[in-house]
Amino acid sequence: MPTFVYMTRCDGCGHCVDICPSDIMHIDKITRRAVNIEPNMCWECYACVKACPNEAIDVRGYADFAPMGHSVRVLREEEKGTISWKIKFRNGTEKNFESPITTKPWGKYIPKLAEVEEPTEEAINSQLLYDEPKGLNIDTGLPKMKKERFKKGIYY
Amino acid sequence: MITTNPFSELSEFVPSIAMQVYVVVMMVLVILGTLFDIIHKKNVKYFFENAKKAKKQATKTLGAGEKASIVLKTVASEILTTSELGAGKRRISHLLGMYGTIIFWVTSVIMIFCYSTPNVLTPSILPLLWHSGAIMTCFGGYWFWFFLRVDVTAEANPWYRLIQADLFVLSLVITTTFALIWSFVQSANISGWDTLFLVLFGLSNVVLFGGVYWSKFAHMFYKPGAAIQKNLAEADGSRDNLPAPSDKPKQFGLGIKRESPKHY
Repeated sequence: MPTFVYMTRCDGCGHCVDICPSDIMHIDKITRRAVNIEPNMCWECYACVKACPNEAIDVRGYADFAPMGHSVRVLREEEKGTISWKIKFRNGTEKNFESPITTKPWGKYIPKLAEVEEPTEEAINSQLLYDEPKGLNIDTGLPKMKKERFKKGIYY
Repeated sequence: MITTNPFSELSEFVPSIAMQVYVVVMMVLVILGTLFDIIHKKNVKYFFENAKKAKKQATKTLGAGEKASIVLKTVASEILTTSELGAGKRRISHLLGMYGTIIFWVTSVIMIFCYSTPNVLTPSILPLLWHSGAIMTCFGGYWFWFFLRVDVTAEANPWYRLIQADLFVLSLVITTTFALIWSFVQSANISGWDTLFLVLFGLSNVVLFGGVYWSKFAHMFYKPGAAIQKNLAEADGSRDNLPAPSDKPKQFGLGIKRESPKHY
């Protein structure tokens, strides 16, 4: 469910541009407001939705769960430490969710890559990404599935 | 220089009726540009359709008194002091630009329509305000242009990169800059240069007011409407489909503070 921006609410502060891990939130060249330039490359982390101080970013639901006329909105209240979601279906059904959010100070865990040691050739060729497996809290490496458990036709 | 009405001095060479016609033409350009913008973008149509939808979803009917109080609060908080921009530099620069421009335009109109003949004495407050408005606009505008623009702060583009969204702010600051330089060279009697900067001032006004359709000029008409609609939707319970505020207490106070978006 990629995100999109309501132009009337956006004030072009740049928080979503700053936080998007896919680098697809950009500033529009005509309106100087945020825009998701590549919705099909959105990995749906919703960091931009949560970061927006004006609740200007909404989620475009998949057709099978929320067809046209739906809305998926989020309200992040930092002082209360809550994030609330309201999902509205085309037939008027509403689902409301409220969860606690991280209470870490904003921007505390931005990786300081310049201070990190350069990766070795072996690490570059490994299937593990930066900070894995430590960052995933898995000391034994990534979990592997035996081939017998694969569904027929999906392995090569 | 700052207590001299530049239009009064100009009237020795340009008839005041010509200046007044020029102002009226600029106003007409703004109206036409905004109308074309509305027709092309269909934003006003979307706005009213959205407001109708919100009305259907309302959980509470607002009385005329409540509506009036919300409109007044919005005008005081979001329109006159642009509170949506938070408490940072963007808000100060926006306010300087906004009030500077308003003061500059209003005093220009008053001086051109009432005091643009050499034999009528201009109250010194008017040219003083005109120059102050221009300086405020330049200060807020250049501050925004060089340091605060989101393209520069969050996207790391260089300040000299030009895009269509820059048309409004650039033409505005360039207009007021030319106005100040023209006023200076005219009061200093530097012949030739005063004509040059007068022409540049006139041309930059044409770009500013004639470019409404292509620039962000009309945002100053749309933004107040959008702010009022947003606050009305919050009050009537439709909240633009946003979830209701959580009933949890404020636990963290000022503990969570955002950093400015500069991590490119």
